[in-house]
Order: sequence, then C-alpha cells, then structure tokens
Amino acid sequence: MIRNLGKYMFMLYHIFFKPEKFSVYWRRFIDEVVQLGVKSLFIVSLMSAFMGAVLVIQTATAIESAWIPDYTVGFTIKQSMLLEFCPTIISLILAGKVGSNIASELGTMRVTEQIDALEVMGVNSIGYLVGPKILAALFIFPIVIMYSMFFGFFGGGLVCYFTEIIPVKQYILGIRYFSEDNFVFIRYALTKTIVFAFIITSISSYYGYYLKGGALEVGKASTNAVVYSSIFILFANYILTQLMLI
Amino acid sequence: MIHVKNISKSFSGVEILKDISFVFEKGKTNLIIGKSGSGKSVLTKCIVGLLEPDIGDVFYDDIKFSSLKSKDKKKVRKQIGMLFQGSALFDSLTVEENVAFPLRMFTKMTEEEIIDRVNFCLNRVNILNKNTLYPSEISGGMQKRVAIARAISMKPKYLFCDEPNSGLDPVTAIVIDELIQEITKEYQMTTIVITHDMNSVLEIGENILFIDGGVKKWEGNKEEILDVKVKELYDFVYVSKFLAKDEKIVKKKASFEAFKFLY
Repeated sequence: MIRNLGKYMFMLYHIFFKPEKFSVYWRRFIDEVVQLGVKSLFIVSLMSAFMGAVLVIQTATAIESAWIPDYTVGFTIKQSMLLEFCPTIISLILAGKVGSNIASELGTMRVTEQIDALEVMGVNSIGYLVGPKILAALFIFPIVIMYSMFFGFFGGGLVCYFTEIIPVKQYILGIRYFSEDNFVFIRYALTKTIVFAFIITSISSYYGYYLKGGALEVGKASTNAVVYSSIFILFANYILTQLMLI
Repeated sequence: MIHVKNISKSFSGVEILKDISFVFEKGKTNLIIGKSGSGKSVLTKCIVGLLEPDIGDVFYDDIKFSSLKSKDKKKVRKQIGMLFQGSALFDSLTVEENVAFPLRMFTKMTEEEIIDRVNFCLNRVNILNKNTLYPSEISGGMQKRVAIARAISMKPKYLFCDEPNSGLDPVTAIVIDELIQEITKEYQMTTIVITHDMNSVLEIGENILFIDGGVKKWEGNKEEILDVKVKELYDFVYVSKFLAKDEKIVKKKASFEAFKFLY
C-alpha cells in the first residue's frame, strides 16, 4: 500500500514539471475538456432531468398534506439537487464513465508501448498524458455539475407543468426559497466537485499509467479505477460535508 | 557510436544481463540477436534509458548517458529514433500527426515546414496519400513504415528497431529491412536492430551481437556468422533440421540470396 501511495505521489509530482511545449499541452488540454466534459453532457443532462422529475413526484406524493405548503416540494428538490445529487451522484456516474475511459486509454497505451515511445522521444509522459486530464477535469466538471443542476430543476419543472402535481409557480417559489443560502450550497457543491474531479482523474490515471501485463489487465485496471474512485469519492464526501456544513 | 560497458541488470534477484560490453558502430546496422528471453529487449531498454542498469555504463559517442541527470538525458533522447515491435503509433492521432508529433513537440518549425518534413519522411518510406488515416486504418507493414518515418522525422543520430519484422510477411519484412539499411547509410546513423529473424541477420547484419541467457556469446558480421563455432549460436542459426541437413550448401554459397531461397 505504501509502495502504491509512493508511486501515486511520484505521478502527481511529475505533473508539475515544465511542459516541453506549451502549445502542444494546451491543445491536449482542450481535447481532454471535450473528451471528459463535453462528451458527458448528454448523459448528465438526461439523468439529471429524469432524476429531478422523479424526485418531484416522490416528494409531492410523500408530503401530501394540507399543512405543508406546495413550495416545500421545490425547496426539497433544490436541497437534494444542490447538496447531494448533482455533485456526488453525478460524480459517481462520471467516475464510471470517465474513470474507466482514462484507465483503459492509458492502460492500452502502456501495453502497446506508446508510453515507452513518448519516454524515448524525451517527452515527460506523465506530464503530457495525465496532467491535461486532471486540469481539464478540474476545469470542466464544475461546469458539468452546474449544467446538471439546471437540468435537474428543469426536469422537475416539466413534471409540474405537464402533470400539475403542484403548480409550477409554487415549484419555482420553493427553488428560490431561502435564496440567501444558495451561494453557500453552490460553493459547497462546487468544492466537492473539484475534489471529486481530482480523485476520479488521478486515481484512474494511476491505474492506467502503471499497468503491467496485457489486455486482461487493462480490463482489471479499468474496474479498479472505477471502484477505488467511487470509494474515495464517498469518503471525501463525508469529510467535506463534515467540514463545510457543520 | 554507442558503447555499452560491462552492463548487468537483475530483476527480483534474477540476473537478466551479465557483464555485457559492445560497440555499436556509426553508419552500420548493428544487430542484437538471440532467442526469446535472452535479454535483448532489456539490453535495449538499458541503452535508451527506459531501464537503469545495475552495473555498467552506456556512452553515446563521448557522452556518458548512464550518469546524466534526467534533464540531460532528455537532450540525448531527442537524438534517438525508435521503432517499437508493435509500431507504438499513437492511436488517437492520424498518420500525419504521428510523424509530426516530435516536430511539434521539440522544434520551432512553422506548420508549413512541419508538413513539408512529414511529407518528405512519408515519401521516403513509400507511404503516399495516407496522411489523414488513423493507424488502425492501415496495414501492419504500413504502420511499421509510418513508425520509421516518425523515428527519422527529427533526423536522429541513433535509430533503435525492436523486432521490426515481427508479424510481417516475408516480403514486407525484406522491404522493412532494406529500408532500415538504406536510411542508416543515407543519414549515417548508428542503428541498432533487435531481431531473431535469420533473414534479417543475413541481409543487414553488418555488426552482430549474439546474447544467450543474458551473456554475450559472440560478435561478428553476417559473413562470419555461418562459420560460427559457438554452440548456442550454431543452434540458433541452424535451428531448422532442414537447414542443418543442408548446412554444407549454405556454407558453400554463403550468400543471402541462396539462404533466402532455402528459407
């Protein structure tokens, strides 16, 4: 375990080496932003919209009472979406999608000697391959999560509009309720997202970059990347919640 | 010229290379031959710096490579071109982008100059009109040639080829061998080819190092190899029973054409 931690730290240390050529790294950063973030937008928006819709129905059904105002549904959706669903659940989904993608990409590059080819050329392979992935995720994941928040609320709004389970005006009022706290919640959500982005990309890169063996090990590395990223996300989620919300 | 001096390397207590010394000469195709698992690839990785030898030194001309700092090693590596066994082309880049990669990374050439150089290198290895294709869209032989084009794009002083013929049909293998030899002469490079293909040995082996069990057992050239007395190399050269039967014919003619015919 200490050996793995040492290799992980060694990998992180090499990310901060001066790039051989900034323009090449910049191009790679942009490619990674597209690969890790932009290409995840569809699945994220779809899941968020449906999750928002389902949450509205469940919450409205659960708290159906003359004593509880309708806007409580909107308020509950806002809290659930901002605090937990968008930053944590979407990050877990991204750990599956992006994490396995990173681990299998780097693992295949290792198996097919592409990483050796970079090293022989004199390229800092960690800096070139891993660095842009981590930076791109740190940049794009918060945007993806905000996108997810919007679609979550939008999905809930659509349900209210079409089913009239609660009036849309009440739903929007609930979302805007206690709006002075929204900034704190969003800051908390985005801080979590940045930490999760780092966890997903660095752990997945570690399993891919240091892979030994063949095609079978690529599959194992991919699985390990998702499993360990998810475990560390849950662990970090608890720590951050304890630190930031209490 | 590359000079390796008394190189030894172990993994988990198992000695893979034992006290190997050899001079790889400039302008010649230098071959490292031996059976699978004999230590050829480990020796090559020690020479290019992908592995650190436990004992011994590697000299690139007068530069003691093994004692250089990481930053200085990178400067030497920019003069190295390497053709890997599986080509090691970057999957996500097109043929043109693969060849242009080292130029974009390490030079200040304009985009126009880079494209000119890429086209020159691709023409040199007879790859025409494939610039926009991805490695998965071209054949294995073409991939090897693109990898050679990438290796020579920076006009390297040293070229390493790790089993350049593996996975290729005999005709394409000869084309690749001839290409490596032509390029070596043309650019006066120090070329090191790792192989266990006897056709290659007899065609391009100007300076040969034979390793068996991590130990240097023989050195010489393609003319001398057929008269060898070292048992391990004899077994390696005359591995086929057919060849062993006709050993006299092979020795008599001792020419590549005859050997190729027999093979």
